[in-house]
Amino acid sequence: MSSAEAAAAPAAPRAESWLRSLADFYATTMRTQIQTQFQYRAATYGYTLGLVAEPTIYLVVWSTIARSHGGAVGGFDSGHFAAYYIVWTLVRIMNIVFTPYGWEERIREGQLSGALLRPIHPIHYDIAGFAGGKVPWLVMYVPIAAGLSLAFHPSFGTDPLSVVVFLVAIWGAYLIRSFALWLLGMCTFWTTRGSAIFETYMLAELLLSGRLLPLQLMPHWSQTLASFLPFKWTFFFPIEALVGNLSTGELLRGLAFQLLWIAAGALAVHVFWRLSVRRYTAVGN
Amino acid sequence: MPSVEVQNLSKIFRVPEREAGMQAATRSLFRRQWRDVHAVDGISFSIEPGEVVGFLGPNGAGKTTTLKMLSGLLYPTGGEVRVLGHVPSKRERDYLRRMTLVMGNRNQLQWDLPALDSFELNRAVYRLPREDFTRTRDELVELLDIGDLVRKPVRQLSLGERMKVEIVGSLLHLPQVLFLDEPTIGLDVTMQKRIRSFVADYNLRHGATVLLTSHYMADVEALCRRVLVIHQGQLLFDGDLAALTHRFAPLKTIEAVLADGETVRLSVPKEETSEATARLLAEHDVVDLTVEDPPIEDVIERVFAGEALAEPAPA
Repeated sequence: MSSAEAAAAPAAPRAESWLRSLADFYATTMRTQIQTQFQYRAATYGYTLGLVAEPTIYLVVWSTIARSHGGAVGGFDSGHFAAYYIVWTLVRIMNIVFTPYGWEERIREGQLSGALLRPIHPIHYDIAGFAGGKVPWLVMYVPIAAGLSLAFHPSFGTDPLSVVVFLVAIWGAYLIRSFALWLLGMCTFWTTRGSAIFETYMLAELLLSGRLLPLQLMPHWSQTLASFLPFKWTFFFPIEALVGNLSTGELLRGLAFQLLWIAAGALAVHVFWRLSVRRYTAVGN
Repeated sequence: MPSVEVQNLSKIFRVPEREAGMQAATRSLFRRQWRDVHAVDGISFSIEPGEVVGFLGPNGAGKTTTLKMLSGLLYPTGGEVRVLGHVPSKRERDYLRRMTLVMGNRNQLQWDLPALDSFELNRAVYRLPREDFTRTRDELVELLDIGDLVRKPVRQLSLGERMKVEIVGSLLHLPQVLFLDEPTIGLDVTMQKRIRSFVADYNLRHGATVLLTSHYMADVEALCRRVLVIHQGQLLFDGDLAALTHRFAPLKTIEAVLADGETVRLSVPKEETSEATARLLAEHDVVDLTVEDPPIEDVIERVFAGEALAEPAPA
């Protein structure tokens, strides 16, 4: 270490903007996460196939029901169902975020201690890490989506604005869900089994997000309820943006609602984090 | 200005408690009982820049809890802490960029990737200029001789190898304060020496302040002139390692080899050492004689056992 003296002074943070540093962090974390996914190729294949199973079952069931009702249910024909569930899978991949199960493990294994010692808010790790982690899944889903399209003949909209809004909306959905599950995960600071609350969340999400079935097929009261909650903006809206022939106004209003929920989620995380982290005991790690 | 200032620091954990068995488990569903554990109980000390201080105590004494409060992981229940002028519990970015906490039993590297990738992530986290980062990384890698390890996935490294790359990862931002919690735990003697000399070298070159806990007295003897001894959350001693022996070891060991080959070992009160030695020399045909303090391990053991807290009894 002959030149160590030269490094004796602590390295000063770069004078460049905070935003540029954050972009560097996101790019590096995403790259690292993609590399990690590549280490587990078999697991990635298996996970992707597992993700496809759920919508394929919905698709087969609803296509069968549509055919038995003369070709359509609640205005959805089989082509619309096919498009909905093929895009559903893409949105589902985008919606994979750090869950309260992970929070329990993170605290139990001491990983949170390491994250707290670094000069960056831990939520950035999760948002950047899961954004990077889904890249291999998305790449693998492309041929699967092509195969499903050949089998079920979906009817997609090709309006450029719909495509652009869809591409923005899937990231909006990702952020809304990231903040929502971070809020649930932080309950682990108050109870060691925060995942129990997550189960309740999942039930509400399943019914009110368009995940189980398109919201148009749900009772009117649940559609009204869904419009006051964040769930529909994480599944239903991004999917409908691409397959639902929404008007320009509806598309832009949807993005505005996503932005609103993102802002609310970020604020709630900020406040709840400050309250919760004081309770962290870091016992045993 | 001291690097570390601690005044009346305390931490109380509230822990659930119940008897064993189904009945107690059922009862706890409706009425949970709690107990306050005073992990750290009003300790005060300060550490000057560049000092290397040993933090000693038995398991559960409050060492790690104190380090966690100093590093900002835990909020203190009471008292005040300042490290490098910052209040650690605020976890300000400027503070976190200037300190590190290395825990011997914890892995902060990306498990599935070579350590080099984790180092790169740290570069982004600490916003290090790439040239500085590369130079520091290469220097640290060279100093710990881990050039061939940093390209292997971390999961394939042995405990000692992992500890070395962990330390490099923790120092890439050249922290000014190092909190080292059992950095040599579970390592073989050679590896322990390597880590010790590395820490000493880092302290020397960078003028860093080091607070070190270890159950290996060799670590403390090699690195620390000053020690803090904590027991049941309270600070029992703060001073030179030599003074610790003076205060808590009232006896000296006299070992004499007699002309007939027999070895005699006596433990005598310090104030009686001259007299006992003189008598031994006068009454026996002594061919070799040594007078020593007891090993530091024995002294510490006595402190932890509570023996040394009472008035020393005559030998």
